[in-house]
Amino acid sequence: MADNVKPRVRAPRSTAAGETHTLKTLISHPMESGQRKDSDGNTIPRSIIHRFTCEYDGEMVIDVTMEPAISTNPYFEFEAKLPGPGEFVFTWYDDDGSVYTETATVEAA
Amino acid sequence: MKIKAFLATAGAAALLASGALAQQTGPDDDNLVVNGEIDIVTDAPAPEHLEYVRTIYSGWRFRSDETQALQMDDFDNPAFIFVDQARDVWNAEIGTNGESCAACHEEPESMRGLRAELPHWNEEKGEVYTAEMYINDCRTERMGLEPWGWDSGDMKNMTALIASVSRGLPINVATDGPVKEAWEKGKEIYYTRFGQLELACANCHEDNYGRMIRADHLSQGQTNGFPVYRLKQAGLVSKHNRFRGCIRDTRAETFSVGSPEFVALELYVASRGNGLMVEGPAVRN
Repeated sequence: MADNVKPRVRAPRSTAAGETHTLKTLISHPMESGQRKDSDGNTIPRSIIHRFTCEYDGEMVIDVTMEPAISTNPYFEFEAKLPGPGEFVFTWYDDDGSVYTETATVEAA
Repeated sequence: MKIKAFLATAGAAALLASGALAQQTGPDDDNLVVNGEIDIVTDAPAPEHLEYVRTIYSGWRFRSDETQALQMDDFDNPAFIFVDQARDVWNAEIGTNGESCAACHEEPESMRGLRAELPHWNEEKGEVYTAEMYINDCRTERMGLEPWGWDSGDMKNMTALIASVSRGLPINVATDGPVKEAWEKGKEIYYTRFGQLELACANCHEDNYGRMIRADHLSQGQTNGFPVYRLKQAGLVSKHNRFRGCIRDTRAETFSVGSPEFVALELYVASRGNGLMVEGPAVRN
């Protein structure tokens, strides 16, 4: 179980129809690869976030399969062309079954 | 002979290459604005006590554009993960009688200005005090808790939070009065050659800043950005940890983190940055 997992999102507050925005997301997470050993030589079990998705009013914006080589505190920056006001839902899926969700509402410009 | 001729050519090429590199010395000319609102001065006239340096530069000016960009927006600055964690601890009722930092000090913003003048003289205790010492005094004397390790995660997070609320304020550390003795001791350490390599702080950070030390661009070793997020360590690094790393690299037995020697050195090095602005938590290599 990963401690101190906290998603952070930067999304636009408002948009015009058809406007393109840059989105930034970051989640604090150790992203333990499963390749490392502790001081006694035992393998430290893998514990990563294996999937990240961003939806806008139910439509998938980005869906990422994440692999063990990704560093701690994974950060994503991407662009989205928005049809108008709506709501972003960002979701991170942890190996331990936890699902972290963050939402951001975008109003009309 | 062929090999010898080749070596001679290679040597000449290397000389040419180093000549080209030598022209790229010194800090760059970029301006630091954090979050588009905090203007941070990254060069200033050297304080009067510096004999051999005319202008002081923040370490930010010696880093690549990519590393610099990370510090210009708190969302991109990985150190703010830890600042956020410290904010949670600040508000948590962790004391034996339910005390929290917030109960006495209200918002962390009430600490604005403190980072710019530390380390300073603590009249009550009769010694030079750093942020770490104040935090642990609060924990042990007011909250009934065990002190945090000087270099522990919780401690670095909290010093990063306290630094972050002072960003944009000029460093103004006292060098006279009751701290004079410690300041002189710090200065002596700064100019003393340590280790098998016989290197003083000044050999790199005063005589050769702006030059390359192998693949690294030497800065003036200013501490206004501490605690810093080091990309190399993917975490926060305290001033004393950085001092220890530098002295270790001279192949010396180092002073320990939190020792009076390092507090004195912290005071002296901070005073070399009087006039620069608080940047912490900064992002460095």
